[in-house]
Amino acid sequence: MRGPSAPTQPRRRVLPGFRLTLGITTAYVGLLIVAPLAVLALRAARMGPSEVLAAVSSERVLAAAGLSFGASLAAALTNAVFGLLVAWVLVRYRFPGRRLVDACVDLPFALPTSVAGIALTAVYAPTGWLGAPLAAAGAQAAFTRLGVVIALTFVGLPFVVRAVQPVLEDLDPEVEDAAASLGASRAQTFRRVLLPSILPALLTGFTLAFARALGEYGSVIFISGNLPLRTEVVPLLIVARLEQYDYDGATAIAAVMLALSFGLLIAINGLQAWSRRREVMP
Amino acid sequence: MSGPGDRSTAAAARGGGRAARWALTGLALLFLGCFLLIPLAAVFGQALGEGVGAYWRAIADPDTLAALRLTALTAVVAVPLNTLVGLAAAWAIARFRFPGRRLLVALIDLPFTVSPVVAGLVFVLLFGAQSALGPWLSEHGVRILFAVPGIILATLFVTAPFVARELIPVMQEQGIEEEQAALALGATGWQTFWRVTLPNIRWALLYGVVLLNARAIGEFGAVSIVSGHIRGQTNTAPLHVEILYNEYSFAAAFAVASVLAAAALVTLAAKAVIGRRVGT
Repeated sequence: MRGPSAPTQPRRRVLPGFRLTLGITTAYVGLLIVAPLAVLALRAARMGPSEVLAAVSSERVLAAAGLSFGASLAAALTNAVFGLLVAWVLVRYRFPGRRLVDACVDLPFALPTSVAGIALTAVYAPTGWLGAPLAAAGAQAAFTRLGVVIALTFVGLPFVVRAVQPVLEDLDPEVEDAAASLGASRAQTFRRVLLPSILPALLTGFTLAFARALGEYGSVIFISGNLPLRTEVVPLLIVARLEQYDYDGATAIAAVMLALSFGLLIAINGLQAWSRRREVMP
Repeated sequence: MSGPGDRSTAAAARGGGRAARWALTGLALLFLGCFLLIPLAAVFGQALGEGVGAYWRAIADPDTLAALRLTALTAVVAVPLNTLVGLAAAWAIARFRFPGRRLLVALIDLPFTVSPVVAGLVFVLLFGAQSALGPWLSEHGVRILFAVPGIILATLFVTAPFVARELIPVMQEQGIEEEQAALALGATGWQTFWRVTLPNIRWALLYGVVLLNARAIGEFGAVSIVSGHIRGQTNTAPLHVEILYNEYSFAAAFAVASVLAAAALVTLAAKAVIGRRVGT
């Protein structure tokens, strides 16, 4: 977790409080995070692989998995493109209200997801402020898969901006000037000079946005309309199974999602380490 | 934040002039407008859609007030507890090296990538009637699930990483020289923490607490699963928004939502003010 720039000496334990703080932390993490997740994993293990597989390979689950995966990917890609654009505009350009806009980027982190869900539904419903023009153009947003992508784009929006912004701030514009003065076109400067420097941060933001979108529940369930096989996302299916007291079904789906979360967490940690190595390079 | 003036003029020269700048800025603002500002404005617009009288009646409704109280209670328990544990975790992780340190960091971060629905489900599996603990709990009259303790547990789970995550990089950056000096001059461990460490990390700590508080107030998915949605008893404000909305009481749903949106705006303002100081 530590970049090579941070001062690290092999440490004698000169500071007090190691046992106390480590004890508190491991006990808390063990009881609150690890034990409950282990109960889920154990329950799935007791079911056995074939039963878990059967529970997650029904037509309804597969349809939901396809939607969750596809819509999360579409939302994360949208955020990669527009998040990079927003970060670029915020770092490189000066315009009135820039700080206000900068502060607003974090709205999805601060707004409860149920509030976001009903707000997006109101705006993108066929009678809504943006839904009406969209409907006139032949694209219904609310209660379709497009609505799911819109909600997932909203929740993932800050990740790419906040990952890319500090890297852009630290970039020396003289490198771009040098590229330009050597005859590089703007597209070439972007592709050969800028993109390689921001790529690790961009990928980190993309993966964070994707992971968040995959597990998102609150903001999606209002705008999606929750039609089985059409607009149901995977987290909603877990809730549906629970409401039918189908604990095994819910456990099986949740265990697969948990495994995915682990994978994404490892990927994110790897990407962040890569980002930090890039930052300290001259 | 570094060297804005000269950079932007250089960028203008490099960026190929005003037209490109205006186009890119316009496109970025259009994107943020469609996804952030218009939905936010819609919350307040819809909340007042049936007039100010209806708005106040929705807010003053006993069920709404009970929901707001429960949300406040949840935050009042979760924020201090996760702040203290976050401080302890950051101290252990940023000040010492020990085997399993990276694993511990990853486990603390885990709630960030776990779906809120999965977070809620694990507590149902742990404390529900079908669980190993379930019969014992009901025999002794302990209610965790579909009661306030379950709501608080789920909230603690999803908000566990916030403080440690902000503090660890800042504390690693600062190193331990100042603390070693204080100890060498005869300060006790607590004195060193209060007079040296805490002043150095106060803005990062506050930043983490603001984010933790926002999530504790706003958590929906995990709390929704463990709550049982009993009005006036286990209904938090974000859950109450859903209930009102599903009953087609749209103006009332948006009225409650507007209170939460106002809290979110306070969060953003605090974050912007504190964020500028974290680096300094």
